[in-house]
Amino acid sequence: MKRSYNIDVDCANCANKMEVAAKKTEGVKDAVVNFMTLKMKVEFEDGADVEAVMKNVLANCKKVESDCEIFF
Amino acid sequence: MNKKQKKMLLRIIISAVLMVILHFVKAEGWLKLALYMIPYLIIGYDVLLKAFRGIKNGQPFDECLLMTIATIGAIVLGITGSGDYVEAVAVMLFYQVGEWFQSYAVGKSRKNISELMDIRPDYANIENEDGTLEKVDPYDVEIGDIIVIQPGEKVPLDGTVEEGTTSVNTSALTGESVPRTLRPGDRILSGFINMTGVIKVRTEKEFDESTASKILDLVENASSRKSRSENFISRFARIYTPAVVIAALLLATLPLLYELLIVKTSPDLGKWTYRALNFLVVSCPCALVISIPLSFFAGLGGASKSGILIKGSNYLEQLAGTETVVFDKTGTLTKGVFEVTAVHPDIIDGEELLHMAAHVERYSLHPIAVSLKKAYPNEHDDCEVSYAEEITGQGMKAIVNGKEIYVGNSGLMDSIGVEWHPCHHQGTIIHVSMDGVYAGHIVISDVIKENAREALESLKKSGIRKTVMLTGDNRNVAETVSRELKIDEFHSDLLPEDKVMKMEEILEGKEKGIVAFVGDGINDAPVLSRADIGIAMGAMGSDAAIEAADVVLMDDDPRKISKAIRISKKCLRIVYENIWFAIGVKILCLILGAFGLANMWMAIFADVGVMVIAVLNAIRALFVRDL
Repeated sequence: MKRSYNIDVDCANCANKMEVAAKKTEGVKDAVVNFMTLKMKVEFEDGADVEAVMKNVLANCKKVESDCEIFF
Repeated sequence: MNKKQKKMLLRIIISAVLMVILHFVKAEGWLKLALYMIPYLIIGYDVLLKAFRGIKNGQPFDECLLMTIATIGAIVLGITGSGDYVEAVAVMLFYQVGEWFQSYAVGKSRKNISELMDIRPDYANIENEDGTLEKVDPYDVEIGDIIVIQPGEKVPLDGTVEEGTTSVNTSALTGESVPRTLRPGDRILSGFINMTGVIKVRTEKEFDESTASKILDLVENASSRKSRSENFISRFARIYTPAVVIAALLLATLPLLYELLIVKTSPDLGKWTYRALNFLVVSCPCALVISIPLSFFAGLGGASKSGILIKGSNYLEQLAGTETVVFDKTGTLTKGVFEVTAVHPDIIDGEELLHMAAHVERYSLHPIAVSLKKAYPNEHDDCEVSYAEEITGQGMKAIVNGKEIYVGNSGLMDSIGVEWHPCHHQGTIIHVSMDGVYAGHIVISDVIKENAREALESLKKSGIRKTVMLTGDNRNVAETVSRELKIDEFHSDLLPEDKVMKMEEILEGKEKGIVAFVGDGINDAPVLSRADIGIAMGAMGSDAAIEAADVVLMDDDPRKISKAIRISKKCLRIVYENIWFAIGVKILCLILGAFGLANMWMAIFADVGVMVIAVLNAIRALFVRDL
């Protein structure tokens, strides 16, 4: 299942860090962060709990970039 | 500028002003340190906080942490040695200026491009029973509803014109500024701008499925498909920062150890620490990382303004490397509509021959009949046409004004025993006989588009090495078209599955270039997906074409193909300029810093300067109008 989320992040390098952090999160099959449109597309593993996974994604992203936001 | 940016700008200005003032204040020792800490903290408090959080989260390569270490290191050196704190504050100040500029420039580009793409209105007009117009949310309009569009308004939904005649500006979709006239029965698409008359439109699609919405979606999603350059820069940036930090550590320790152990002199801590701190200042890859996606984003935006929709940054990148272009013939290079191109009468004059032939075809809907009737528009005159009969696979016959007239191919002439003679013209030859006597023939061809020749010349000039044409039409027609347009290779008499096979052959044989295929999207879907880049032409209003292709040309002008390639090349040129410039300047700073030829001022200045230049360069990719 794929979903698209709006995000807020300040610099392009930070956006890349977010992408790496999101990809590493359990339950995430693939993630793409688009800095120019401020959107994150997430493809979830089968059977993943979307809400819970996204909370982990946000937590992981905040670890590498404290100033970021994901709106879900 | 948003609130965050305004606040930061204020902090930058205050800090800079304080720095200038402090320059004239005579202070020493701890007082001096305390005074300089004021602008330092004003400009840098958030960086320091983030650095702290970075340590807590175990992120040693957080650029805020590195900036903090560099500036605090400079302050310590100031305390123990030079008494100069200007450098530390200046470094922090310029760093923030750089970050601010990045935020501002990106915000501006985003706004620019979303304004470019502001092709959807946020209301539709519905006529009430009493004749007044009411503005409604376009999302609420259902298929089959009638909406009213006044002069000057943007068309909100796809549909058909019910009432009224007007001219529309299609440039938001096609990039063409020539207005189009629409009459009742014509299709109208969202994204058009209504210019002269009031029209009533019966909607055929919902708001989200209308053309303008689809285009917006397409362009927005396109920048999520990353190019190889973007992926390379991401990977590079991830290695770059740790590499520079480790180099800084080595620079701070190895020469010291060398001096201590090998040369046995007392080490100059300050000198090597300072140089190592310089490294930290240059460790942020920001300039590189921001300018590349920005270039592609601008390129995609500029292209869509020209009516060229590219579905991914990767395709934009690949277009530049295209060396072979394969064309479908009918509808791509030719108009796809048959036309009478020559009339060769034998016994009566040409006009009369056409006249008679058109009458025979009066009741036929065959494409050949359509073209004959088009050539003789006054077909509905007082002539008597009766006993019209179709002879399958051969033609038509009818009695016109008492004469028995046969119109068809050579097989038809043979079957009624009429001797015909061939034509040296290329195309489909329609023979005519009257009362058993050969009357002459009419040549019907699929006409080459007017700008097809210019398009092909333009392609060759843009660096295309090989052009190929695939068609299901016969060899003679294919040969003529190829020769006329100077196409390098052609394959004729192809069935749809043959076209795919030919594409595979071409893909296997190519020397290294990207192979693009250009077709009309609807029946070319398999070949479009097989090619490296599938380009659909005349896609306006065709969902199938937009789905199937990688690059969508909204109108059917073949010249847009070379324009797409030129846009791509410009964008890629800018990307490489930025990559080489940014990496080059950074490495230069590192080398100069290592040898003590650069100080922190220069390092941060170069860093910020490179970013500003790279961003401004990236925005150039937007300007494709004159390409």
